[in-house]
Amino acid sequence: MAEVHLWSGLRSLADGKEMVEVPGATVGQVLDSLVAAHPGLEPALQRGVSVAVDGQIVPNSRNHPVDPDSEIFLLQKLAGG
Amino acid sequence: MALDGQKTAYKYIGTTPDRPDGLDKVTGRARYGADISMPGMLHGAVLRSPHAHARIVKIDASKALALKGVKAVVTRADFPDGLDGEDWNLQENCMAGEKALYDGHAVAAVAATSPLIARDAVKLIEVDYEVLPHVTDVDAAMKDDAPVIREGAADFSVPEGLHPNVVRYFDSGRGDLDKGFAEADLIIERSYTTEAAHQGYIEPHACLGQMGEDGRGELWVCTQGHWFVRRMSTAVLGIETTNIRVTPSEIGGGFGGKTTVFIEPLSLALSRKTGGKPVKMVMSRNEVLRATGPTASASMDIKMGMTKDGKITAAHGTFRMQGGAFPGAPVDVTTMLAFANYDIENVHHIGYDVITNRPKQAAYRAPGAPMAAFATESTIDELCRELGLDPIDTRLKNAAREGTRATFGPKFGPIGLVETLEAAKTHPNYSAPLGPNQGRGVASGYWMNWGGETSASVAISEDGTVTVSIGTPDIGGSRASMALMAAEAFGIPYEDVRVNISDTGALGVNEPTHGSRATYASGLATIRSAEDCIGKLCKRAADKWGIDPEAVIWEDGCAKPSGPNAGEFPPMSLAEIAGEMGSTGGPISGHFEDSPAGFSGSFGTHVVDVEVDPETGRTTILRYLVVQDAGKAIHPAYVEGQFQGGAAQGIGWALNEEYIYGEDGRLQNPVFLDYRVPVASDLPMIDTVIVEVPNPGHPYGVRGVGETGITPPLPAVANAVREATGKRICNLPLRPSRVLAAIQGKG
Repeated sequence: MAEVHLWSGLRSLADGKEMVEVPGATVGQVLDSLVAAHPGLEPALQRGVSVAVDGQIVPNSRNHPVDPDSEIFLLQKLAGG
Repeated sequence: MALDGQKTAYKYIGTTPDRPDGLDKVTGRARYGADISMPGMLHGAVLRSPHAHARIVKIDASKALALKGVKAVVTRADFPDGLDGEDWNLQENCMAGEKALYDGHAVAAVAATSPLIARDAVKLIEVDYEVLPHVTDVDAAMKDDAPVIREGAADFSVPEGLHPNVVRYFDSGRGDLDKGFAEADLIIERSYTTEAAHQGYIEPHACLGQMGEDGRGELWVCTQGHWFVRRMSTAVLGIETTNIRVTPSEIGGGFGGKTTVFIEPLSLALSRKTGGKPVKMVMSRNEVLRATGPTASASMDIKMGMTKDGKITAAHGTFRMQGGAFPGAPVDVTTMLAFANYDIENVHHIGYDVITNRPKQAAYRAPGAPMAAFATESTIDELCRELGLDPIDTRLKNAAREGTRATFGPKFGPIGLVETLEAAKTHPNYSAPLGPNQGRGVASGYWMNWGGETSASVAISEDGTVTVSIGTPDIGGSRASMALMAAEAFGIPYEDVRVNISDTGALGVNEPTHGSRATYASGLATIRSAEDCIGKLCKRAADKWGIDPEAVIWEDGCAKPSGPNAGEFPPMSLAEIAGEMGSTGGPISGHFEDSPAGFSGSFGTHVVDVEVDPETGRTTILRYLVVQDAGKAIHPAYVEGQFQGGAAQGIGWALNEEYIYGEDGRLQNPVFLDYRVPVASDLPMIDTVIVEVPNPGHPYGVRGVGETGITPPLPAVANAVREATGKRICNLPLRPSRVLAAIQGKG
């Protein structure tokens, strides 16, 4: 089970939890598991988030592999100039 | 994540050859957006609202249409209904619907046989407006009595009880703030504001669109990202994305402001309405300043605690940002990066995205980061002054390093903040003597960088040269960087590499040149495409020699047997293989597509000396030093140029640049005479030090360098003015009148 850390604005959508453990072998599967466990997160994830897996930000990469002991952070969607 | 085989010794990387496009650009041969013309071309012009907020009751274009030479008028009625989300925002911003939302908002557009007729026709369009109350200030827009700009614009994140103009809300942090502040020997709280600043690119927006009644067409445009233009323009017009092929022109600056659309869908809509005649549109500077995206303005509250020996124990920031009449102020990034320079256990950020009657903000070089840096780095400077601490030593004590858990969550990989601080401390500028009314300021900054969708091709030409095709427009010398990376990968001279910026019909999707990603992502794709080619070149040699392809290596631009057991054959150069490829299997090319995730952020530290005239309040920059981590500088001169450009723009934002709105909600300074960007005589030579802490996520160690450089100047200059005057000024810009008022105790 991967550890998914939520920024504090998301925690109210996930029963107040800062960290949620969900199954998934890829970023996409983890995000799907997250919504299944906490449907309130769906609007936030649909708006777009960036995902950091073990310190590496992996934007637009639902296929990026996730290990069972991976540390995942959801971050606000990034942009640039 | 380290990539295997990262190079450390280079033949071409790190050299500074002339840029391939240089001669074209200095002789006028390069074609920019307004240089594109076609036979039978019409010229477009836009009618813009003179009101900050007004209901559009009626539009009568009959007199305009009756003018000789006028071929079409479009209004919102010519665009499809039913869009939602950001597509609706784009459509509404390109052409007002029920309401004009800011001074300069497009209300109608005309196509005519000459630019003069088009402009005259615009004046003949009659619009009945019902003028509405307006608000242009972020704090005023959040008050209970502020006019509501658009009901229902807020998303799920906004807590109940906030004004409808608050459209997004962010809240992030960790640790125990109460505990952290209790551990501090000194706590400082300050409120800060920064004004909206425009990217100030030299070239105004320009395009030429042609679209038939079947909804198919082409667009030639000055842009940072033509796939974005294609997607956005077709969404606004309600047609399929690939109905339009988009070709980028050369680009005279963008800095984020050319990653979206303004006139492009209007050009196509006008063309469609004329039955397919090409329509050229070129913005005036007035239009650029009134109706394209500056960056957001900000109002911020910072509270930080520090021990006597300089350890930051807790930090809290509240960031209110307005990005015009639509959601999108970069407060998400502001909150994430506000304290990212430092290792802080107890930290919390709150952010508000607020809409006002101003133009829709667009990205501007490190969008959101400079404002936050101004607030946090000014507060740290004040803590250091109160506690008698050296500003660089204090930053070193708290600096984020490899393994530090960032204030936004994940752990950092290899990063170079400490190295930039150490280099700044030993630089002669940091110990240069200061005179009366002079002061020194220090600040650090960070930008996360970006990878993004990327596609590239490399083709071997029959004359032995190599053609690289990428999809990221060349704004800051990236053709030279791509050519250097291809030369290094192939082992051939830089002069034997050509670099093309392909149109949307020639490559897979490419994100724009934004997020400091071009040298990283297109560079990585160029190297991988070259490696794909090299494999095929080796196979041609192997076929010729009658040996296994695995027994051939590529070295110094030649295919060679891998060792004595592979056989005795003379090396075959790229040119030799290319010269006979037509008869050995046909063309040779390589490709690479990815959304590379190995980008890594860049930290920088700036040191600036200023002199403030106590009689006028005018600030003069005496010395300026930029130290920044480039990972690996592919073309060091262009890396230095990025450092200097970021500093120059940041100095302008700190000292002079601001959007000034009158009580009527109209922009008061929509020309460069009144919107004061720095000119050469305002600036000293900006000194640079390139730090190289290689990024393990790039074959050559590259980090993006384009954006970090604008992050430290705002606080660095403010900190220097603080030392020169003894006054902490928390509101930018530090224009002479504001500084003088502070000196005289009136500010």
